[in-house]
Amino acid sequence: MSVQVITGNHAAGYALSTAGEANRTGRGTACGIYPITPQTEIVEYVARFPFSKGRVVPVESEHSAMGVTIGAAVAGARAFTASSSNGLAYMTENIMVAGYYRLPIVMVGVNRTMGPPWNIWADQGDTLMLRDFPWLQFYCEDGQEVLDTTLLAFRLAEDHRILLPAMTCMDAFIVSHTQTETAMPEQAEVDRYLPELDLPHRLRYDEARTIGGLAWPHEGLSMRLEIDEAMKRVPDVFQECRQSFKEVFGRDPGDVIQTFGTEDAEQILIATGTMATTAREVVRKRRAAGEKIGLVKMKMFRPFPEAALRDACQSARRVAVLDRNYAAGAGGIFWQDTRATFQGHRDDLLIQNYLTGLCGEDVTPAVIDTILADLADRDDAGEPVWMGIDTGKETLQ
Amino acid sequence: MNATAPHAGEDKCLLRPGNTNCGGCGMSVGLTMLGRALEKADDSCSMVIPACCGIVTAGAYPTTSYGVPTLAATFASSPAFASGYASVRDLNDEPGQVVCWAGDGGTYDIGLATLSAAAERNENIIYICYDNEIYGNTGGQRSSATPAGARTSTTPFGKTENKKDIMSIMAAHRIPYAATLSMAHPEDFARKMATALATEGTRFLLIDSPCPTGWKSEPEDSIELVRIAVKSGLFPVFEVFDGVRYRINIEPDGSDPAEYFNRQRRFDDDEIDLDGIRHFCAKRMKRLEALANLNSA
Repeated sequence: MSVQVITGNHAAGYALSTAGEANRTGRGTACGIYPITPQTEIVEYVARFPFSKGRVVPVESEHSAMGVTIGAAVAGARAFTASSSNGLAYMTENIMVAGYYRLPIVMVGVNRTMGPPWNIWADQGDTLMLRDFPWLQFYCEDGQEVLDTTLLAFRLAEDHRILLPAMTCMDAFIVSHTQTETAMPEQAEVDRYLPELDLPHRLRYDEARTIGGLAWPHEGLSMRLEIDEAMKRVPDVFQECRQSFKEVFGRDPGDVIQTFGTEDAEQILIATGTMATTAREVVRKRRAAGEKIGLVKMKMFRPFPEAALRDACQSARRVAVLDRNYAAGAGGIFWQDTRATFQGHRDDLLIQNYLTGLCGEDVTPAVIDTILADLADRDDAGEPVWMGIDTGKETLQ
Repeated sequence: MNATAPHAGEDKCLLRPGNTNCGGCGMSVGLTMLGRALEKADDSCSMVIPACCGIVTAGAYPTTSYGVPTLAATFASSPAFASGYASVRDLNDEPGQVVCWAGDGGTYDIGLATLSAAAERNENIIYICYDNEIYGNTGGQRSSATPAGARTSTTPFGKTENKKDIMSIMAAHRIPYAATLSMAHPEDFARKMATALATEGTRFLLIDSPCPTGWKSEPEDSIELVRIAVKSGLFPVFEVFDGVRYRINIEPDGSDPAEYFNRQRRFDDDEIDLDGIRHFCAKRMKRLEALANLNSA
């Protein structure tokens, strides 16, 4: 273990590459890669990694990047890739197939605003667009969390009780291009954490089986149900993977949600990624001044950690959900799932949505303070509030 | 090429009996010929099949009409899926070919960029296009492989554009082997399959694949139709090595192409410019001959 000052992209590239290398005694590793700002450094890192038993295929599109990755995974290799924004949109058909084929592929998504208008800055609308596919999704707030969560994602995805692909996500530039102190595990440690991949349904060259042909409605339904059952097992298996991570690497990769000050909080902020870092500092200062406020950082988005979230908000009367994404006509996506989580459980809980940081806008401590002030004044939840723009109606500047 | 390769499936049959393919289907003949070529070469294969009649052929889960490992790919992706799959085969020193089996829609249209990229990387795969000049699986729409004049459900008044020259496109990638195959000439067909199996790198085979349903022809006419296509020069039978060395395998005998059009109700005889077609075919053969002569020069 050494500590280096590296970017989030470097951390992601290191995690993907060492995970792939760890399967050298198994069926090796292979992937398709394609550049897009701001994730390009990840695939560049992967491309120059000296794999003992691996092949990195630089392809002609994101669609084919996931295509090659799927082909490699079907053949039993540890497979991964990375993308962002419109690249994820172009890749989408094959992202969906990776999930329904139950392939434990790990992808790093660098959250960048979808165009047009063209914009390279942070917005989670790209990976959240993929929310209804059978993929696990994790949102990270710094390079260390990206590295740790990516390694954990392999272990979780490859667990025979799960066998679903996983995505680790980070905010464009704020994490992807910012250098921070990061503990880098040795290859031998990664080897210990990630045993050889054993994909039970891999296509063998001497076995006459057809994968992906027609299935009648009842067969298709059974396969969907199996995915749902696997999704339901994720919270427990995650804790096992987290525990063994602590044992191998000596640090905590973080829980599916991470709370700060929620035990007695009357007002709780729910935030993701780097917004959570900023919100935590605001909450820390204001709690020191005696205010009963808290923070829930959502790390896992799929499956949505309903039980953990309900548990964390027991003392709360008001909740602000900060969404760095916007589902056209339907508000923020974390807000939608948060409301659904408390429906019928805590109908007294005021859940207000704040659309903030969209299209790469900065979410500063002042923005968080403004949100907390608005939340404290509310008797009822209203429509999602657009932060930082004058809409002419319910608006906060 | 893989002397110790086991034949997948106990029945050693690539396309199993009992499949639901149409009578007179050229694709079925092609699959059978591929199976025989593999058996003769003591080789085996895995197939990667995009959306097309070829994946419907497999039938419903959990049964399959294929006696070899088969992976369904998204429409544009069979060369990408195959690239990843073949990479892992090679990393593990495993035997057997990886064969993309795709229709003309998946080849000439939606999958062309993916195919081009795999060819440019010279992936160690065989790509076989059974070209029936139509989106057959969806009920017969035009593709860029549909010839001018053909009526399809999306060109109800006859297609106005000419068929894309996929062989020139593939030759331009300088892949080790590209060839056209006619099932009216089974010896030539089998020889080319054997050549492809014995070659490394990206190999591209184009099969003229009759489709009675789409061509609105009689199933028993299928072989005769592709025979006339060869004789009249409508379907040149040739092979290209490394993108530069051309060899014409069967010379047209000057037969009139009229009968080809008469026997398919997708063409309206009154609207087919036979003179123009004869002229085009003659010019194309001359060009191919000139390219072939460059070899001996």
